Amino acid sequence: MAETGRLTRAAPAAPLISPVTLLRAAIILGTLAVWEFLSHSGWLYRDVVPSLLAIGRALADLLSHGDYYFNLGVTAGEIGAALAIGGISGMVVGIVLGVNRFLAKAFEPYLYYLGPTPKIIFFPVMIMWFGVGPGSKIALGAISCFFPVALSVAAGMRGIDKVLIRVGKSFRLTTMQMVWKIYLPAMRHPLINGVRLGLGVALIGTLLAETKLSNKGIGFMIIQAYSVFDMPRMYAQLIMLFVLAIGANALIGRLGGLDKIKTR
Amino acid sequence: MSAVAPARPTPRPSPLFAYVPALTGLATVVGFFVLMEVLIRAGVISRYIVPPPSEIIGSFYRVITEEHVFHRFLLTLGECLAAGVMITVFGVAGGVLMHRLKLLQQACETWVAAFAAAPVVLAYPLFMVIFGRSAWTIIMIGFVAALPPVILKTLEGMSGTRKVLVNVGRSFNLSASQQFWKIMFPAALPTIFVGIRLGLIFALINIVGVEFLINYGGLGQLINDLSERYDLAGTYAAICFVILVSVVFFMALEKAERWLRPGD
Repeated sequence: MAETGRLTRAAPAAPLISPVTLLRAAIILGTLAVWEFLSHSGWLYRDVVPSLLAIGRALADLLSHGDYYFNLGVTAGEIGAALAIGGISGMVVGIVLGVNRFLAKAFEPYLYYLGPTPKIIFFPVMIMWFGVGPGSKIALGAISCFFPVALSVAAGMRGIDKVLIRVGKSFRLTTMQMVWKIYLPAMRHPLINGVRLGLGVALIGTLLAETKLSNKGIGFMIIQAYSVFDMPRMYAQLIMLFVLAIGANALIGRLGGLDKIKTR
Repeated sequence: MSAVAPARPTPRPSPLFAYVPALTGLATVVGFFVLMEVLIRAGVISRYIVPPPSEIIGSFYRVITEEHVFHRFLLTLGECLAAGVMITVFGVAGGVLMHRLKLLQQACETWVAAFAAAPVVLAYPLFMVIFGRSAWTIIMIGFVAALPPVILKTLEGMSGTRKVLVNVGRSFNLSASQQFWKIMFPAALPTIFVGIRLGLIFALINIVGVEFLINYGGLGQLINDLSERYDLAGTYAAICFVILVSVVFFMALEKAERWLRPGD
């Protein structure tokens, strides 16, 4: 709020619509116009670039059916479970590695290099372990989510001001008290950032698994629209998915106060 | 005793001692595999869910010789390089353009950042409709998913050029293009490399993932193929192989980056 106040004071004679907003509107409108032109031009296959009206209708149709919300609920539940399992285990491992130099040297390289490998290739194994139902999707999401959370928390632990740890020690806090009263509050930002990264990859892992093999969930709906070649419906689903994913990401960032760090 | 050995300086850790953590990590991994072998042979874990590690190691040779692994590896690498060239050209150009046109930067930087968090790979059915089930689908997904970090890092590098350097250029009366090529671009290069490295990692993850999902192309398809044949040991071996390849890929990128920017 203070930020906004400062900005308005600095530019008292700002025009009603700033040039940035104008440019943004121009880009969006231009893209939509080009899209609509392409869809009517016949240069591309009509189904690849459906008209905006068709997409809009599909979007309205999608959102007015209870079916979508049921599948959204299934996927949200899977992602939530994946985030809980992967996030909590990642946090525990991250704290242990952050506290203990020896263990960090022994095991962190494995996490560091396994972290960015493509997780979806574990899906056949997850099916063998947890079946074709939601279990294998949750497992894949949890594996995806574990690595960024663990690495972020371990780095965050090492970044904690030594004075805080010494204060805790001089108060003779137990390990649990140290975790709850010193470590977690002090590394709130790396933790939230880890969860944010974790949410992103858990979402990708869960949904990709759903597109590969499932009978419910958003990923299933997308691949079903593809297999019956209902392009407007697929666009509508992808738009909704991107809006939800970007929105969730921004929400976590805002709740954790990450946007404030960046502007500082 | 203390009189005999007065205040001996603490012994410097021998170079051998430095390897103890790494060896512990390695020993844990080996121990884990041995434990699995024992548990599977004892029948605690079904060998139809997890094949014994010895069997997996045994099938490595079979997978490598019979499944044209080298050819597949080259295919995946080629796709990565194609995406890499494209992200370098378009990403750096986009970053430079946004740096030059401040209005464009103000309008679009948050969009690019939001796009970086979007699960682009989930739009793979859309890419299949546009490009067909071909290598281009895979390359384009790698490209689109890996573009934002290159743009953002280029922008960061250009904006972060030290004021002193810019002033040196001004005092030499450099023209705009000289200022760009002799001052701004070299100063931004290290940060741009970070962006390209991140981009290549994203590209590899997405490319292998999509290969697995659409059952086309190189290493990702190998896993899908073997798992659909219920060649369990082969699937595990192929997963290990892909992880190995990606880890080597990341390490090579890190080395390359360190070699390209020896200053820091």
